[in-house]
Amino acid sequence: MPGPVQSIERAAAILRLLARGSGRLGVGEIATSLGLAKGTTHGILRTLQGVGFVEQDKGSGKYQLGATLLHLGTSYLDVNDLRSRAINWADALASRSGEAVRIGTPLDGKVLVVHHVFRPDDSLQTLDVGSLLPLHATALGKVLLAYDADVASQIKDHELEQFTRRTLATATTLNRAIGKVRETGWAAEVEEYNPGQASIAAPIRGYGGLVVGAISIAGAAERLCPVADRADPAMVTFVQNAARAISRDLGAGRW
Amino acid sequence: MVAHYVMSIDQGTGSTRCILFDQGGRLVSVAQREHRQHYPRPGWVEHDAMEIWRNLEHVAREALGRAGVSAGQVAAVGIANQRETSVLWDRRTGIPVGRAIVWQDTRTDELVAEFAQRPDAAIVLERTGLPLATYFSAPRIRWLLDHNPGLYERAERGEVLFGTMESWVIWNLTGGPNGGVHVTDVTNASRTLLMDIRTLKWDPELLDFFGVPAAMLPEIRSSAEVYGTATRAVPGVRIAAALGDQQAALFGQTCFARGEAKCTYGTGSFLLLNTGDTPVLSTHGLLTTVGYRIGSEPAVYALEGSIAITGALVQWFRDNLGLISSAPEIETLARTVDDNGGCYIVPAFSGLYAPHWHSGARGIIVGLTSYITKGHLARAVLEATGWQTREVVDAMNKDSGLDLRTLKVDGGMTADNLLMQFLADVLNAPVVRPMIAETVSLGAAYAAGLAVGYWPDLEGLRRNWHRAAQWLPAMDPARRESEYSNWQRAVERTFDWVRPEHN
Repeated sequence: MPGPVQSIERAAAILRLLARGSGRLGVGEIATSLGLAKGTTHGILRTLQGVGFVEQDKGSGKYQLGATLLHLGTSYLDVNDLRSRAINWADALASRSGEAVRIGTPLDGKVLVVHHVFRPDDSLQTLDVGSLLPLHATALGKVLLAYDADVASQIKDHELEQFTRRTLATATTLNRAIGKVRETGWAAEVEEYNPGQASIAAPIRGYGGLVVGAISIAGAAERLCPVADRADPAMVTFVQNAARAISRDLGAGRW
Repeated sequence: MVAHYVMSIDQGTGSTRCILFDQGGRLVSVAQREHRQHYPRPGWVEHDAMEIWRNLEHVAREALGRAGVSAGQVAAVGIANQRETSVLWDRRTGIPVGRAIVWQDTRTDELVAEFAQRPDAAIVLERTGLPLATYFSAPRIRWLLDHNPGLYERAERGEVLFGTMESWVIWNLTGGPNGGVHVTDVTNASRTLLMDIRTLKWDPELLDFFGVPAAMLPEIRSSAEVYGTATRAVPGVRIAAALGDQQAALFGQTCFARGEAKCTYGTGSFLLLNTGDTPVLSTHGLLTTVGYRIGSEPAVYALEGSIAITGALVQWFRDNLGLISSAPEIETLARTVDDNGGCYIVPAFSGLYAPHWHSGARGIIVGLTSYITKGHLARAVLEATGWQTREVVDAMNKDSGLDLRTLKVDGGMTADNLLMQFLADVLNAPVVRPMIAETVSLGAAYAAGLAVGYWPDLEGLRRNWHRAAQWLPAMDPARRESEYSNWQRAVERTFDWVRPEHN
């Protein structure tokens, strides 16, 4: 075990100092109070500002605690809240793509289905809200693995179940796929969970851009990936647009 | 080819919302703005009609902007509105006479009691299909005329106009003081207590009964026809539909055939059953109302079961008890326990509506023991909505002689899976949610699109309807019966809590 990281200890001291006082303090005041060099203090403040934990007053140049920090404890998004706020866009996605829509969040090394919209063909379908899907063999799961280090660590030492001959059941192939998700911003899965089936997913981001879940369409591989097992670009756009619309409603801003 | 859309404006109790729909009935963009609720005295609820109009202009622009659509690409506008809320305004200046009186407002209770004493009071139910109640518009018009000196004379001269919110909105869209069109539709007019539900015209005897001058009333038109062209907010676009919000939801759910029903779950909940081209008078506490009228076709009628408090109970749980921080979290809390633990909540906050109509009832929580946790209370909150629906469905089956086979649901509370499953369980019937939960807005869009030929016919609209989710009954019948009987015993305990004042 390495010892405590000095700069984090100093950052914590700066936050405590800003929380204690009447509010705004200048770099010099902070440096003097904590016995730090002004340059060091400035560097730490800039970093804290970057993550939104402190804010700088434009007029006086003084620092105060940032809004992100104040919402730290309440930024957790209840899954029922997520469904409620995503329901209209999930419906529109099902309607546009003609496929079933699911929204998933991570739970104990699996994907928890928190919302499900039927494929709009009025055939007999069963609501599967509350069911669990594998992280490594679904598009929803790949998105969650790509954007949440905590989720990724949960399956690190687990054996990956081989559902079909195309399941990415080794750490190497899975990591390569996840790396690609980070590059493109969306994930696909072709016959990796159920033969003949495919899915496409994109991340749902909350306040500050944090990924809070994923939204997917799932259906016959020949419809979703009609040519050479590649996801239909039009379908990908539908999914990404729905994910962005939900993210915007959740306060994600620039995504 | 340039894409065309239909715009829907839902002027609701809490907010004004604008949605653009495409030809597939799919949502393209949404903009919404809340307005202030004014409570100047206990029992009084008011809205600033000018604020609502400004919000409408804003959301219309915002919805177009978000979709990158110009007003020229909008084929028509349809309006859905909070019903019975009444506003009077000056025809010349466009300035409202005070604030609009909202449907929840009970200031007219004494006035209504006086009306009910009159020997000819029976004509109200007979002609309108509605009981004399503070809920409807006519007593409010009378109250405003009585409390503003000189207003009656100005109304008689047609200088002061009356409207429910769709009339106010259409008048302003079509120019306001500069040539604004003063109209209402049959569904909204059917909630005033002033229209004969069979002839669909203002009834001179009812106007006389309530003392309302004919000159101040809007012209009654169909729910789907072109009323005029907008000169403001969306200049050049035809205004082609208006429906009360619950009737709009019936239309949006494509309940076009006799026997089809929907329930919209919002602050309150409203179950409407299409009864075809004849009005069915209820003997079980339901309202008879106009469902919709398309162009010059015969009107379609509906039976309505109104439940005052459903979503409002969840809001109360959130805001007044502070046990949850957002409404959807009620499901999370309710799922921490397996059942209600023997606890029941009857939310008769301002009396009970259908099918009981006990204005002296007040809410209760019964069955409290030291075992009960906030999780049980959360269950009881959700179950109250389920059982209130069951009571209305029972009344509807008796009145109509029909047997409800499935219930189409919509509204914000349909996102609550626990509630939807409970609903299927207590109704012992499948509960179905359509692909668009925003059926109020969709209904107004459908009616407008139909009027201008954007959609060809009702069958075309039906093809747009798709099942998004379905919940099947899974409750043991014996348990259903014992729980229902517990609920009914709880309801009985709310009756007559408010004692009449002794003078």
